Amino acid sequence: MAVVEVRGLRKVFDGGRARRRGSHGRVNAVDGVDLATSEGEYLVLLGPSGCGKTTLLRTIAGLEQPTDGEIWIGGHVVNELPPRARRVAMVFQSYALYPHKTVRANIVFPLKAQGIDKTERAKKTEWAAELLGIGPLLDRRPRQLSGGERQRVALARALVREPSVFLLDEPLSNLDAKLRASARDELKRFQRRVRTTTIYVTHDQVEAMGLGDRIAVMYEGRLRQLGPPVEVYDDPADTFVATFLGSPPMNLVPRDGVLVGFRPEHLLPETLVHGDDRLVVPFQVDRVEHLSGDRHLYGTVRGLGAETRVIARLPVTVTAPVEPGEEHQFAVHADRLRFFDADSGERTEPVSVRTGS
Amino acid sequence: MTDPALYPTHGQSVSPPEVTGVPHASPPVDLRERRRLADRDGLLAWLFLLPSVVYIVALVAIPFFLAIAFSFSDVTAGDPSFDWAGLRNYQNVFDDPVFWQSLRNTIVFTAVSMLLIVVLGKVLANILIADFHGKWLVRFLVLLPWTTPVALSTIAWLWLLDSVFSPIDWVLRELGLIDVNMYWLGKPDLAIGSVIVVHVWRLVPLAAVIMMAGLVAIPKDVQEAASVDGAGFWRRMFEITIPLTMPIIAVAALFGAVLTFTDMAVVYVLTRGGPTNSTQVLASWAFFRGIEGGDVGQGAAIALFLFPLLLAAAIAILRAVRRMDVS
Ligand SMILES: Nc1ncnc2c1ncn2[C@@H]1O[C@H](COP(=O)(O)OP(=O)(O)O)[C@@H](O)[C@H]1O
Ligand SMILES: [Mg+2]
Repeated sequence: MAVVEVRGLRKVFDGGRARRRGSHGRVNAVDGVDLATSEGEYLVLLGPSGCGKTTLLRTIAGLEQPTDGEIWIGGHVVNELPPRARRVAMVFQSYALYPHKTVRANIVFPLKAQGIDKTERAKKTEWAAELLGIGPLLDRRPRQLSGGERQRVALARALVREPSVFLLDEPLSNLDAKLRASARDELKRFQRRVRTTTIYVTHDQVEAMGLGDRIAVMYEGRLRQLGPPVEVYDDPADTFVATFLGSPPMNLVPRDGVLVGFRPEHLLPETLVHGDDRLVVPFQVDRVEHLSGDRHLYGTVRGLGAETRVIARLPVTVTAPVEPGEEHQFAVHADRLRFFDADSGERTEPVSVRTGS
Repeated sequence: MTDPALYPTHGQSVSPPEVTGVPHASPPVDLRERRRLADRDGLLAWLFLLPSVVYIVALVAIPFFLAIAFSFSDVTAGDPSFDWAGLRNYQNVFDDPVFWQSLRNTIVFTAVSMLLIVVLGKVLANILIADFHGKWLVRFLVLLPWTTPVALSTIAWLWLLDSVFSPIDWVLRELGLIDVNMYWLGKPDLAIGSVIVVHVWRLVPLAAVIMMAGLVAIPKDVQEAASVDGAGFWRRMFEITIPLTMPIIAVAALFGAVLTFTDMAVVYVLTRGGPTNSTQVLASWAFFRGIEGGDVGQGAAIALFLFPLLLAAAIAILRAVRRMDVS
């Protein structure tokens, strides 16, 4: 177990033959990231596709050389160390199992590379197979396995070495929705047992919220926010984080150079919102969607700022009738409002919002 | 609850077809569309195969059966009339110790060359896929020996290995390693070595290109997983790369073997089988006997000997490839 830290990490891809045509092909895949895990932490790197998550992970693993910056693992700068010396285990998005080896040989491979003797190898393989429930599969080839089984083999292969750090790159993205849910649960329980520092990459906010001790939200090669799931959700650092997390995303209403943000679940019928600090807003509903019991209301609010299309989410427990095509009185607590600079998108100081009712 | 009546905009934008009433709605299947030629795999397969079938019949099968016929005849260059000679040609060939020497040489040359071709080809393939400055120049130079005609490049070697003017000898002499010339092609051991070297030099690029294709096909993440798993260069080479490209390596070996086995140009130009038949191979011996010596029947009998050996080797290798289970 160890702490992973990156300082001022940058990775620029030259983009192959574009090199000759000036700066065209240059991609700042990772653009100055500072990030440190704590001991035994489950850190989730969350961001949309192409934001540099994989590149960051591969740089930590040593599969890419950083253009700039330092990588620390367990208190040492490892920039110059090859992947095999970094004592990290990585699970690739494609699992990258060795296709010509049996499951057992796949799991044993890292142990052989470490020069561990035969009886010890067998013992550890047994242990890992037991932990992940793949005992009966040990003599199969990877192609004879289902997606979920492959994922477990990949995990077992990463696990046997007792690495100082786990790096997981979207390990669940190849699984169907149902399997993904159970695999997520399994992963979490598993990490609780082994307590190895883990960096988990995903573009799926549900996975991130569910798995992470902390979430690092990335966008365009930069770290936008780092914090526990609740904090990232409730107190987004900028409009990107606000709209990337949550489904439906946070509503943003422009008002005098700021954006007033509130989560869909905080916009409720007036009768359900109590207290002095509530803001009543007229909500013209024009569409209702039913999603897993909740009702999503699409419409336009007036009074908070400019007239803006927003979404409200009524939990299943709210039974008040809401007819599309009509205007309803809705309300939101003032302390649920978040304010962002309209130009930069950064969080700003709250401004007083009065709706006149 | 989701009564469409509540969505005034809906009915206008997405109207069901029967409302707007497209007059001649197209049926779900187009009955006019018959199976075209391009849909008939069986016919198509024959069509594509036909040119190669014609080619093989004209250039391989006919000469092959002709050779069988000649080997049972007394045809010579001076007397082309066909008379049945039974097994006499075979009898003569087998009684000739040069034939057995040629057979042994052929097998030795092929085996040694194949081994060297595979090993060096593998090394070269790794160099070819490596990423470094000026790699295009290296690739060009590497492929050069393969693209020049065998006879031409062998003549260049003839000069390199010349008994008097050999530049190799000159270099060795200047370095003080030898006092007198080596007579590369004049001593049996050196001549055998020289023939093998030229074969290897000629076929390594081909093998390298074949194996390069195999190396490129290995998923990058599998290699990366191995290096994260703690494997160094050699372990990756022997536990990942070689097993995964084994079928391709076997194909390269097969090519190396077949092309060495059947080649007569190298021996013909370089040594003409000498000194005293120590580098004679079946192909060159068949040529010397059948064409230069004029005894077409015996030449054919010798040449036919290539066939079963080659067939056996090819089948063995292809079967091995098929049995290999990678992926
Ligand atoms: N080897 C590479 N060469 C050039 N550009 C790359 C390479 N790898 C990634 N990129 C670019 O870097 C950016 C980040 O990629 P990546 O880290 O894979 O994103 P993510 O994993 O978050 O989807 C993308 O714009 C991608 O096109
Ligand atoms: Mg990725």
